Amino acid sequence: MKRLLKEFTKGITIENPTFGLVLGLCPALAVSTSVYNALGMGAAATFVLVGSNIIISAVRKVIPDQIRIPCYIVIIATFVTIVELLMKAYMPSLDRALGIFVPLIVVNCIVLGRAEAFASKNNVLHSFCDGLGMGVGFTLALCLIASIREVLGSGKFLGMSIMKGFEPAIMMVLAPGALLTMGLLIGLVNYWQIKRKSGKEIRRAGCHGCG
Amino acid sequence: MRDKLRVGSAPHIHSGEAASKVMWAVFFSLVPSGIAGVFIFGISAVKVILVSVVTCVVTEALIQKLNHKKITVSDGSAALTGLLLAYNLSSHVPFWIPLIGGIFAIAVCKHTFGGLGANIFNPALAARAFLLASWPKHMTDFVRPFNLDGLSSATPLAVLKEAKLQSVEAMGLSYTDLFLGNRGGCLGEVCVLALVLGAVYLLWRGYIWYHAPVGFILTASVLSMLFSQQGFLKGDFFFSILTGGLILGAFFMATDYVTTPMTKKGQLIFGIGCGVLTFVIRRFGGYPEGVSYSILMMNAATPLIDRWVKPRRYGAKVSGLTGKRV
Repeated sequence: MKRLLKEFTKGITIENPTFGLVLGLCPALAVSTSVYNALGMGAAATFVLVGSNIIISAVRKVIPDQIRIPCYIVIIATFVTIVELLMKAYMPSLDRALGIFVPLIVVNCIVLGRAEAFASKNNVLHSFCDGLGMGVGFTLALCLIASIREVLGSGKFLGMSIMKGFEPAIMMVLAPGALLTMGLLIGLVNYWQIKRKSGKEIRRAGCHGCG
Repeated sequence: MRDKLRVGSAPHIHSGEAASKVMWAVFFSLVPSGIAGVFIFGISAVKVILVSVVTCVVTEALIQKLNHKKITVSDGSAALTGLLLAYNLSSHVPFWIPLIGGIFAIAVCKHTFGGLGANIFNPALAARAFLLASWPKHMTDFVRPFNLDGLSSATPLAVLKEAKLQSVEAMGLSYTDLFLGNRGGCLGEVCVLALVLGAVYLLWRGYIWYHAPVGFILTASVLSMLFSQQGFLKGDFFFSILTGGLILGAFFMATDYVTTPMTKKGQLIFGIGCGVLTFVIRRFGGYPEGVSYSILMMNAATPLIDRWVKPRRYGAKVSGLTGKRV
């Protein structure tokens, strides 16, 4: 039980995909213009992560080592197609807002990274917790970036105006705003980590599986 | 780091030059242009300059205090950034534009990189680019000179781009107007006479080299003359020099010690690159003016230029044919 909790929480804290592993930055930068988009993207990625982690972990012993990557991609693509079609059917406005970034979850390095680094080596239950933790961590990070950008860049939060007479800085919802927010947040996270481990060598959050 | 390095054996003569002295010299060489700006655009220009300079100085002091570093606002670099930022704004902007711009310039563009000497981009220009992308309505709202009612007026370059009025006479201006600053524009860029006075002082004292400004101004103006909208060789040579922020940018921002190449040859390449980019943006780009963006882009290329154009090591032989070190 303790192990399961650990696998779940590491994706949110120390091995957070966006701020710890610095993976999957394209969608994190591109769709974080509003919190609504971020939630949608996070939910889609979480579904794919959990699904692909479970299936890959379940079939990990029958996949030949030489062709494991194509196998992972086929499994991941299946889940992405499910998400894409569901989104098109039930949430067409979100689908239009996210655009190409939903099909692009197939090549999202978080999903493939977890398949290669975790699901292919661990049992189904642990892989499920890992996928869920990573997905939630990704969603939270995306929402954090998106709330900063949406508040500063369009003066709204989840589509609701929050301040009267506030003139939003348009640049924050454009590409430079994404890079600025991301850079400053990663700097802040690193600062906290250095402070917490002052004296000791800073342990880099592992990227060991991505070789 | 460099302040700690003191090699002292033989009695050395100290020239008395220091970073702070140069910074204050540049600051004071910009004062005439500020006075001209206030004279032309009225008291609102004073407000913009004051807010911008004070914000930059206070932000720098605060950040250095928070980082437990020595507070070095007396070296004038923050004040200079504030002054340059104000000169790049319309006199008509609300007070929070220079306030946010000053904080952005010092906190994000200067101190995230490590403070004075470590920043890649000119902080004042980076802040201007940020402000222009964020609040384009305020940033392009220029007022007519000598006008107390704050009537808007387009800059000559905007008129050239949008209305396609090609000659100075068609715009109701003369070259004297452009030279003295009787036109719409940013508050520190309009009076070419005052800017040239300051630049001559800096050149005479040897604080700046002529390479970057001359390369910049000549490239931009010759290209605008050669390839104008009316056809080959039909452009207005002086118009492209006297309008926009070309003089301010070329003499005071393309010569910044931190963000431009270290050698004279490198500075020339930097200036020519700025000139080409300015021409391309003015002629083909979406914005009427491209001086600030061209300098920012060349700032990014500065480390590359410095790598390419290295000064000759003292005593190293140079091959006569290729100029390469042997």
